[in-house]
Amino acid sequence: MISADISVVLPELLLAVFAMGALLITVYTSKDKAAPMVLWTTSVVLLATAIWIALSGGGTRVAFGGMFVDDGFARFAKVTILLSAAAILLMSQEYMLKRDLLRFEYPILVTLAVVGMMMMVSAGDLMALYMGLELQSLALYVVASLRRDSVKSTEAGLKYFVLGALSSGLLLYGASLTYGYAGTTLFTGIVEAASEGISLGLLFGLVFLIAGLAFKVSAAPFHMWTPDVYEGSPTPVTAFLATAPKVAAMALFARVVHDAFSGVVSDWQQIVAFLSVVSMFLGAIAAIGQQNIKRLMAYSSIAHMGFALMGLAAGTVFGVQAMLIYMAIYVAMNIGTFAFILSMEKDGQPVTDIASLQMYSKREPLKALAVLVLMFSLAGVPPLVGFFGKFYVLRAAYDAGLGWLAVAGVIASVIGAFYYLRIVYYMYFGEDKEGLDSGMNPVLWGFLMASAGVMLLGVINLFGVEGVAAAAAATLVN
Amino acid sequence: METIILFAPLVGALICGFGWRILGETAACWVATSLLFLAALLSWIVFLGFDGETQRIVILRWIESGSLTTDWAIRLDRLTAIMLIVINTVSALVHLYSFGYMAHDDHFREGESYRPRFFAYLSFFTFAMLMLVTSDNLVQMFFGWEGVGVASYLLIGFYFRKESAGAAAMKAFIVNRVGDFGFALGIFALFYLTDSVNFDVIFASGAELAETQVRFLWTEWNAVELVALLLFIGAMGKSAQLILHTWLPDAMEGPTPVSALIHAATMVTAGVFLVCRMSPIMEYADTAMAFVTVLGATTAFFAATVGLVQNDIKRVIAYSTCSQLGYMFVAAGVGVYSVAMFHLFTHAFFKAMLFLGAGSVIHGMHHEQDMRNYGGLRKKMPYTFWAMMIGTLAITGVGIPLTYYGFAGFLSKDAVIESAFVGSQYAFWLLVVAALFTSFYSWRLMFMTFYGTPRGDKHTHEHAHESPMIMVAPLGILALGAIFSGMIWYGSFFGKTNEVGKFFGVPYEVAEHHDDGHSDDDHADDHSGENAEGDHGEAHYQLIGAPGEGAIYTAPDNNVLNEAHEVPKWVKVSPFIAMLIGFLTAYQMYIRRPDLPRKLAESQWPLYNFLLNKWYFDELYNAIFVQPAKGLGKFLWKKGDGATIDGGINGLAMGIVPFLTRLAGRAQSGYMFHYVFAMVLGIVVLITWMTMFGGAN
Repeated sequence: MISADISVVLPELLLAVFAMGALLITVYTSKDKAAPMVLWTTSVVLLATAIWIALSGGGTRVAFGGMFVDDGFARFAKVTILLSAAAILLMSQEYMLKRDLLRFEYPILVTLAVVGMMMMVSAGDLMALYMGLELQSLALYVVASLRRDSVKSTEAGLKYFVLGALSSGLLLYGASLTYGYAGTTLFTGIVEAASEGISLGLLFGLVFLIAGLAFKVSAAPFHMWTPDVYEGSPTPVTAFLATAPKVAAMALFARVVHDAFSGVVSDWQQIVAFLSVVSMFLGAIAAIGQQNIKRLMAYSSIAHMGFALMGLAAGTVFGVQAMLIYMAIYVAMNIGTFAFILSMEKDGQPVTDIASLQMYSKREPLKALAVLVLMFSLAGVPPLVGFFGKFYVLRAAYDAGLGWLAVAGVIASVIGAFYYLRIVYYMYFGEDKEGLDSGMNPVLWGFLMASAGVMLLGVINLFGVEGVAAAAAATLVN
Repeated sequence: METIILFAPLVGALICGFGWRILGETAACWVATSLLFLAALLSWIVFLGFDGETQRIVILRWIESGSLTTDWAIRLDRLTAIMLIVINTVSALVHLYSFGYMAHDDHFREGESYRPRFFAYLSFFTFAMLMLVTSDNLVQMFFGWEGVGVASYLLIGFYFRKESAGAAAMKAFIVNRVGDFGFALGIFALFYLTDSVNFDVIFASGAELAETQVRFLWTEWNAVELVALLLFIGAMGKSAQLILHTWLPDAMEGPTPVSALIHAATMVTAGVFLVCRMSPIMEYADTAMAFVTVLGATTAFFAATVGLVQNDIKRVIAYSTCSQLGYMFVAAGVGVYSVAMFHLFTHAFFKAMLFLGAGSVIHGMHHEQDMRNYGGLRKKMPYTFWAMMIGTLAITGVGIPLTYYGFAGFLSKDAVIESAFVGSQYAFWLLVVAALFTSFYSWRLMFMTFYGTPRGDKHTHEHAHESPMIMVAPLGILALGAIFSGMIWYGSFFGKTNEVGKFFGVPYEVAEHHDDGHSDDDHADDHSGENAEGDHGEAHYQLIGAPGEGAIYTAPDNNVLNEAHEVPKWVKVSPFIAMLIGFLTAYQMYIRRPDLPRKLAESQWPLYNFLLNKWYFDELYNAIFVQPAKGLGKFLWKKGDGATIDGGINGLAMGIVPFLTRLAGRAQSGYMFHYVFAMVLGIVVLITWMTMFGGAN
């Protein structure tokens, strides 16, 4: 029995063993000098795990009495998480080395966070959920304050930690309420308990659970930590925060509402739709005031989470599919954008002011073009891939009878287009001032170009992500 | 062969329009012209060798969408064959003429290339016109219909530096839009009723439509009357009939060859062609056809009165065209489509000739168009003078009364008037009066231009010269048409019913002798006795073609063609007398007493001004339509677009959103307790909402 269970969680187990092994070995040997080597190894291991999971296939497997579920949906999320984590690690190296930030703990903490995320997306029980969530969060709190000598970075880490603790508290409160009224922590059990109408206690539990999860996906009004943490953290960490954990939290969100509360769609639909609308508008409106590109990306991610939640709010298979496609596209866009942000330097010092991009196209036409493509894609301008992400979620919402939500989404995306286009405007029509250093690390350059290329070429068939996401969504919603 | 006729002008237009940089200007123009001559030659071969059987030549499947299936096909019957020769002959000659007329033009700068563009437009127009007349369904016809509209627009505004030319081009386009809207509605109505746009299907359903009622514009209509009326509205626009006629005189802003080709011989007759083509529908719509008759007659009269006092040589001819189109509509309206086509056919020759002749005068007089500055040009331009003389004899209808010998206009116009007598007394009298006026203004034009003493700028008169051979030669060819076309084809268009039936490919049979109480029995006898080919005692024939069989359709109870041959003698002579009166009056006023017109104008100034200002139609339209439309546009622009939409968007984008942005920025204070407060607030809102409206209730 136990061996069968182990075989299901084998990828997570191996990753955890790898993280601990690497920690022990490096601590007792060369410490930070080995950091680049650890980083590369970790990347390769994450990549290999991603390929392994992607190819393993098969149906739905359950372990530990239903606490851990390995299905198509989980695998889709895991592959996305692993790939983005591996990419971000590779992108981090040069930046961190230059700023003397590259501690050997960094890749290991990232690995542990990834293990937590994999746990989250596979959770079939409130306790497994919390375990994964906390493993992820604790690792992230640490990496957020990785730059120990910087006030901003420590402030970011501390804020993240305190607010995260509060959200954990909300989540736990919700979990205990749910347990109290359902008598079980297993998702399958909660479904049964709610099958003959939801009780007020269970409803409270649902609301608190969703509030805790909304914090993790940084949906308004639980988003307040995001801009500060994004700004304060070292940029590679920001890039990581913006990608993998978002996918994990969104997948967990979907799992909770669709697995544990699949019988009361109309109830959580209202909450999710509310979160979605508020996030989209807040993200769009607040970002306009930002001059710091990292804060801008923070609001941008809030708005994007609003769109992804719109897919979830539909409460249908197609909605989940749209959400998965949206998240995959979102991650791809963000990797490219952060590859560029990581390369923004002036006299060797990192800069984050978007005004420094003035007339960038004159000096670096190709890179400016790539950024232009990414910005247009983020804004959702057809025919770039970002448009299709929005198109899918809008369609899902409309098909599910949430026409008003779709209309609100369109309006929000129009407002949001402003700040993306302003970056393009600066690059192409701004005043000619002394700008960024030229030159770029080949790894970052590669990611930037690849990401922009994906935005263009994906138009053909979205690299087949559509079918995979549909299959994944089908395993979750039934 | 028909395909070559159709596509030769298109190929010419493309080569000339796009290839002239490679070929060189002159060569490109010659390519277009020679292709047109080829098309004209083939057209004559088709026309003379045509046996009356309707043929259908499919070029390709054009549209297939739902139940709408349309081929791009050529429907070759007598109507098409007639139009082919008219269009291609006139077009080819106008191409040739344009080499001379367009050789130097002060409207363009030194070294500017405008000739290839002009020839390309002319050829494109010809192609579009051929599309219109060869079409085998309404959609293709509409394509041609709009194509000629575009070409007309481009050519009227050809002198694009001249403001009045641009305005005239727009006016032509916009006024035609009104008619085209009616035409389009007619097509929609037919498709709605018959589920097809193909002529074969539509023609076969005339009788059925006559029994159908449709609801349109708040009232019940007879389907066939509605369709006929809508189609006729389209024809009114294109053929410049009253109400929608205002664009035609202004269209004279275009170069004169354009006026000859488009605004005299071909495009403006498209409306007449449409009515004849749709005869299987029109024949069932008695009310609509009565309307056509009345409107045609009124137009003929109205335009003739305005033509009496115009001073611009081209405007006189333009109003004359408008008037002659009215004649054609009367013929179609009373149900003798062959006569309408007859007048269309002869009119094309003599009116094109008049225009080209006028162009020759204008060319010789250095673009002076005011007849008050002409005079005594007979000696200076002998060829042009004789051409214009033949044209005038043709349009005024000179011939030997009660015989079949005369200029083209004599035969066709008399045929129209005789038919009108049978069909509508109102139309008959108006047309006779219009014939008088026609004669007057045509001779007035001749006398003012070629007789008397030279007036106006002395210098211009000294340098007045005959036009080059390349411009005179087309006049000669058209002169042949203006003299002989009436005599040669009289029998085919307006002869005995069996001849007409044979010509148009419509079956006929011997009818019982129909002396069924016709009012002029004894006159009819007189007439038959005097008629050279008297048909007294001979069999009467009747067209018995089913709708769609042959080129035209006449209902079994439509006997106008037979009866028109038996009208009283005084009716037959009346247009001739009217012509004589008109001629003598003009002679009196412009040759013998040249001071008379001024005195008359002064003593009758209200009438004179009324006519000079074209019955104040332009002023009326300006007040009723143009100014309110401008006002509305200005209101929507300033108040609607500027204040409301721009203001709203700007207010939102520059006021409300930045305000919210500042608000969001302030909320992001950096203090953790603010953040926690926001989260708690969110929880409270959600909990409250779910408690009140959640599923637990």
